[in-house]
Amino acid sequence: MSQLYDCRDAFAQALEEAARNDPRIVVVINDSLGSSKLKGFKTAFPQRLVNVGIAEQNMVGVAAGLANGGKIPFVSGASPFLTARALEQIKVDLAYSQANVKLCGMSSGLAYGELGPTHHSIEDLAWTRAIANLTVIVPADPLETAQAVHEAARLSGPFFLRISRMPVPQVHPADYRFRLGKASWLRQGSDVALIATGVMVARALEAAALLANDGIEAAVINMATIRPLDREAVIEAARRSGAIVTVEEHTVYGGLGGAVAEVVVTTYPVPMRILGVPGVFAPTGSPEYLLEHFGLTPAGIRAAALELLKARAEQ
Amino acid sequence: MTQDREDQLAALRRKANLLRQRDLVMIQRAGMGHIGGDFSALDILVTLYFAVLRVDPQHPDAPDRDRFILSKGHCAGALYNTIAEVGFFPTSELETFMKPLSRLNGHPDRTKVPGVEASTGPLGHGLPIGVGAALAARLDGAAWRTYVLTGDGELQEGSNWEAAMAAAHYGLDNLTVIIDRNRLQQGAPTEDTIRLEPLADKWRAFGWAVREVDGHDYAALLEMLQSESWEPGRPRCLIAYTHKGQGVSFMCDNVDWHHRVPTPEEAERALQELREAVYG
Repeated sequence: MSQLYDCRDAFAQALEEAARNDPRIVVVINDSLGSSKLKGFKTAFPQRLVNVGIAEQNMVGVAAGLANGGKIPFVSGASPFLTARALEQIKVDLAYSQANVKLCGMSSGLAYGELGPTHHSIEDLAWTRAIANLTVIVPADPLETAQAVHEAARLSGPFFLRISRMPVPQVHPADYRFRLGKASWLRQGSDVALIATGVMVARALEAAALLANDGIEAAVINMATIRPLDREAVIEAARRSGAIVTVEEHTVYGGLGGAVAEVVVTTYPVPMRILGVPGVFAPTGSPEYLLEHFGLTPAGIRAAALELLKARAEQ
Repeated sequence: MTQDREDQLAALRRKANLLRQRDLVMIQRAGMGHIGGDFSALDILVTLYFAVLRVDPQHPDAPDRDRFILSKGHCAGALYNTIAEVGFFPTSELETFMKPLSRLNGHPDRTKVPGVEASTGPLGHGLPIGVGAALAARLDGAAWRTYVLTGDGELQEGSNWEAAMAAAHYGLDNLTVIIDRNRLQQGAPTEDTIRLEPLADKWRAFGWAVREVDGHDYAALLEMLQSESWEPGRPRCLIAYTHKGQGVSFMCDNVDWHHRVPTPEEAERALQELREAVYG
């Protein structure tokens, strides 16, 4: 068993590094200091951390104003509240306004498992992906999380970083370089392509190992940038394998699967399966239990890939 | 009052009268607009842009400029007329208002129009942005100030009160909110829709320094807005009592003129009234 990491640690460390190098960087939170793991940032830069209290609309508006005043605000709060409660501010004050603000949605997806669907954030990719000008990134491991933070700090414009608190292994080699808008091919294979994002990338890699035992070579593609999507990588995956399975810890409506399907059907149509939460509110259970419940496991991904290949063969 | 002050007040009144005429023609031409709210806000805008704000149309992005945020974005017409007159863009461009591909949208777009600090339209967005701007100035120890103009009906949006709490908590005395208290919202008086009063008490309870003023009285507006400090450590709230449709008798205080477009005959009558108005 490889070592597991909480990506929030890499997020917080990278943000402190970035803030040391760029005095314009500030943090805005909604009483989310602990859940964002930003106590170290507060100790290092007490003046540069603005806590607006439990007020997400104001939090995003304040960030837009700080950006107007020349700052680079990183807004960090639980993803369900940040994205849903403040969606109009995200659209108007940040994206439409091209404000230099970085949204960091913590504990996204099913990470708040037992707390229930009020606290699940399985719609945030659909909401944010629909908005023009907004770059949407879902890092898969600590290395990629840190690099995404630095890229967001370096590049101008509004970003949404979707950060999980679910433990994940390092899926990239130490010399990996995150490139905005570019997918990373973690495994080659010509029978089926598994396109995954965030915490599902490690599980897709495990699924590919299982499929190899079945004699099926699966490509594994980490789609860390959801918008702008790497269309060339999607087309390449369709062309090489002729079958695509997308995997996300998100509703199947409007997330990674939808984004990939939009490219596939209009460029190089191949059969697909879209794995995620099937358009329901999740029952009670731990994050691990819920992933199992929805088949978002190596075995579940393997089963979906096998079913897809069987259905294609029968056509 | 000194002669200089009298002259300044007369010049501001003439300026506002001119801008009301232009706004009327602009809305008439576009066949759309929010003339009632434009006219209630115009004296405030003219006071700010011609006597208070430190802005330079040659350098619209100067870091140390004062920030003015129009939270009631539907009154873009009043803002466009004002900042065009200041020199941020040619007044001839006002003819494109709401025409295809014009940068003069029905609501202001900061990415396209020089001098526009915030893209607004949905209500309740301006004050949070203003709080952020004021915090940025505070962090830098900079002297520039932030002004936000809100409508009154717009204060029914909860985001304003989130921002009001934060501004007081952070002691942002470099932030001024001006409330265009024309007492009418889209379809009815505010007090018949969702009551705002006692409005001054609410802002005081939230920790703000509050002043009340006739929003068409230039001497009073200048006295309030040119004063650097009201109460140290408190953000400033100026409740400006105004009249929707101010300047035109048949529009004044008439809820119908929220976004009605004058007929050619009404426009001519309105222009006639404005031309005949004797100021200073």
